Amino acid sequence: MEKFISITSRAVPLAVENVDTDQIIPARFLKATDREGFGEHLFKDWRYHKDGSENNDFVLNDSTYSGEILIAGHNFGCGSSREHAAWALSDYGFKVIVSSFFADIFKGNALNNGVLPVQVSPNFLEKLLKTIEENPETQIEVNLEDQYIASSTFGGHESFEIDSYKKTCLMNGYDDIDFLVSKRAEIELFEKRKELARVSD
Amino acid sequence: MSKTLFDKVWDAHVVHKIKDGPQILYIDKHLIHEVTSPQAFNELEKRELPIFRPQQVVATADHNTPTKDQHLPIKDKLSRKQLSQLSENCKKNGIQLYELGHKYNGIVHVMAPELGITHPGMSIVCGDSHTSTHGAFGSIAFGIGTSQVAQVFASQCLLLTKPKSMRINVNGKLKKGVLPKDVILYIISQIGTNAGTGYFCEYAGDVFENMSMEGRMTVCNMSIEMGARGGIIAPDQTTFDYVKGRKFAPEGQEWKHQLDYWKSLPTNTDAEFDKEYTFNAEDIEPMITFGTNPGMGIKINGLIPEKNDASFEKSLKYMDFKKGESLIHKPINYVFIGSCTNSRIEDFRVAAEYIKGKKKAENITAWLVPGSKQVEQQIEAEGLKTIFTEAGFELRQPGCSACLAMNDDKIPAGEYCVSTSNRNFEGRQGQGSRTLLASPLLAAATAIEGKIIDITTHLN
Repeated sequence: MEKFISITSRAVPLAVENVDTDQIIPARFLKATDREGFGEHLFKDWRYHKDGSENNDFVLNDSTYSGEILIAGHNFGCGSSREHAAWALSDYGFKVIVSSFFADIFKGNALNNGVLPVQVSPNFLEKLLKTIEENPETQIEVNLEDQYIASSTFGGHESFEIDSYKKTCLMNGYDDIDFLVSKRAEIELFEKRKELARVSD
Repeated sequence: MSKTLFDKVWDAHVVHKIKDGPQILYIDKHLIHEVTSPQAFNELEKRELPIFRPQQVVATADHNTPTKDQHLPIKDKLSRKQLSQLSENCKKNGIQLYELGHKYNGIVHVMAPELGITHPGMSIVCGDSHTSTHGAFGSIAFGIGTSQVAQVFASQCLLLTKPKSMRINVNGKLKKGVLPKDVILYIISQIGTNAGTGYFCEYAGDVFENMSMEGRMTVCNMSIEMGARGGIIAPDQTTFDYVKGRKFAPEGQEWKHQLDYWKSLPTNTDAEFDKEYTFNAEDIEPMITFGTNPGMGIKINGLIPEKNDASFEKSLKYMDFKKGESLIHKPINYVFIGSCTNSRIEDFRVAAEYIKGKKKAENITAWLVPGSKQVEQQIEAEGLKTIFTEAGFELRQPGCSACLAMNDDKIPAGEYCVSTSNRNFEGRQGQGSRTLLASPLLAAATAIEGKIIDITTHLN
C-alpha cells in the first residue's frame, strides 16, 4: 500500500446524501476477478446516460472541478460491502473522501486501500461544499499526521479522528495481513485453549 | 458482570487487544462466494501465503449465477470465468464448495443456516453485507470487504474495533398480514438508514421471541440497511429446534455441551446498551418503500411524506412519485420474490397461500427465485410449484437473481418492481429500474392484481 502523509489538492463537490455503493460501482461491473480498472466505471450510471452519452449535469463530467479529494454528503458508502467501490474511487484518482458521516464497511474498505475517509462536522461540510462551488480553484489541505483538514480560502480548519493503529498503517504503507500473520503463534494458542475448554468440559 | 449477548460472543473470540487500537477477533466460519473472493485468493498467492484454516471456509456460487438452465454452460463469458475461478481456487486450497447445480447450492445466507453451518455463539464473516442474517441464531455475523476476506484467509482473524451496542425492543401482537419483513421495514423507516452505524443491534421483545427462525433471519438480514454492522437475537428453544439434526449441527455429547453454552448467551437482565429503541407491535402495518433507500418506507395505506430536502426530492424524481401521494392502485409490471431476505420456504408458503386458485394479472412478469436447491425441492414437494405455475408465475432456479441483477434477471429501465429483496437503490435491479420493497404477501398480492393494493382491507 502507498504511504499517505498529507495532500493539498482541489476538490470535487458531490452534494448528495446516502451515496450507496451501488451508485459508486454498479453490480454489473463486479464480474472482474482482479482489482484493476474499476475507475472507468466509477459512478457509471450518474456519469453516463443509458445510451452511453455523457451526463453533463454530473459533477465528474464538469471540467470546472478536479482534484484528488471528493467531498460528499452524509452517510457516504452505505449499502453493499463491495470493496470494488473503494477500488473504483482510488483507481479514478481520489485519495481522500470527505463527508459528515461514513458507512462502516466502506470506511474500513477505504482505509485498507489507502483512501482516507475524513469525517467532518455537518457545518464544516456545508461550508466546504459552498466554498468549492463558488471557487473551484480552492485548495484543500488534508494532513493525516496532524489529523486536520483546512482551507485557507474560507479560513476553515477542523481536526478529524482516526484510529491510531490505522493511522500508523496508512503513514507507513502497512496493511493488516502483515500484522495478523505476525500474530499467528498467538492465534494458534487461542485455538488450542478453545479446543481444550471444549474437550475438558 | 452484566453482559449483553453481543458482549459474550464477542469477548469469547478476542485473541489479542492492541493498546488504544483494534482487537484481533477470531473467526469461526468464513463463507465465501464468487464475486468478492477472487481478488483475496490472488492476494494470498502474490504473498505466497497458504489459506490458514481451509476447513473453516465454506463456498457457494450465488451472486452471478443464471436462474435458468443451470445445467448448461454459462453464456456470459465474464460470469463463467468468475465461477470457474471460484471452483479452481477452492479445489487448490481444499475448500468445500457447493457449486452451481450441487444439491446444497444456494444463496450463502440461505444455504449455510439450512445446512446447520450457522450455530449460536459463533463468529461468522462473509464478503457480503447481508451476512448479518446469521445473527438470527445468536451469532456475531457481519459483512466484510475483500481485503478482510484475504486477512481471514491468512490468519482466520480480523482486526476490528468493537462496535457499540444497541437494542431494539418490539413488544405486543402483530396484526394480521404483518410479516417479519414489515417489522424490519417499519423499524428502518422510524430510525433511518444510519441509526445503526457503528453499532451491533440486538432485537428483543416478544415479537422476535414468537418469530420463526426464518422470520428472525429476515429481520437480522436487513440490519445493515439501518447501518448496523450486524443484528443478533438471543438463541432459544426455537433456535435449538431449528439447528438440531441439520447436516453440520453438533451431535451427541457435543450437542449437549454446546447447548449448555448457548443457553448461557442471552443478555443479562441488568446489562446496559449504548442506545435503545422501543416500538409497539400494534403500530406496525404492512409496509412498502417509495424511495431509493430502505428507510423511505410507509404503511401500505399511508402517504408519501412532504419533506423539503434535495436528496429526498432527487429520490422521488427517480421513482417518479410525488409528495403527499398514495401508492395504492399504482400499476406495477414486475414482481420479484426472492433474495437472501425472503427466499426461504415460509416466504413461498405465504405467497402460495394468497395465490392459490388465482391468476396473476396479465401485465405482470412474476419471478419466484428460491434461495437454495433445498428450498426449490421443498416448493415442489409441498405442491407449491403447481400453485405458482397454474397462476402464471415463473419459478426459477436458486440464486441472488434480480436482487442485484448481476445476471440476466434485470428489471427494465423505468419499470416498477415490487420486490421482497433488501435494497431499493437507484438501478439496483437493473439500470433505470425502480424498486418498491415489500413482504412476500404484498408482492404476491401485487402480482395477482397488477397494481398495488391495500392488503389490510383485502385481508379483513
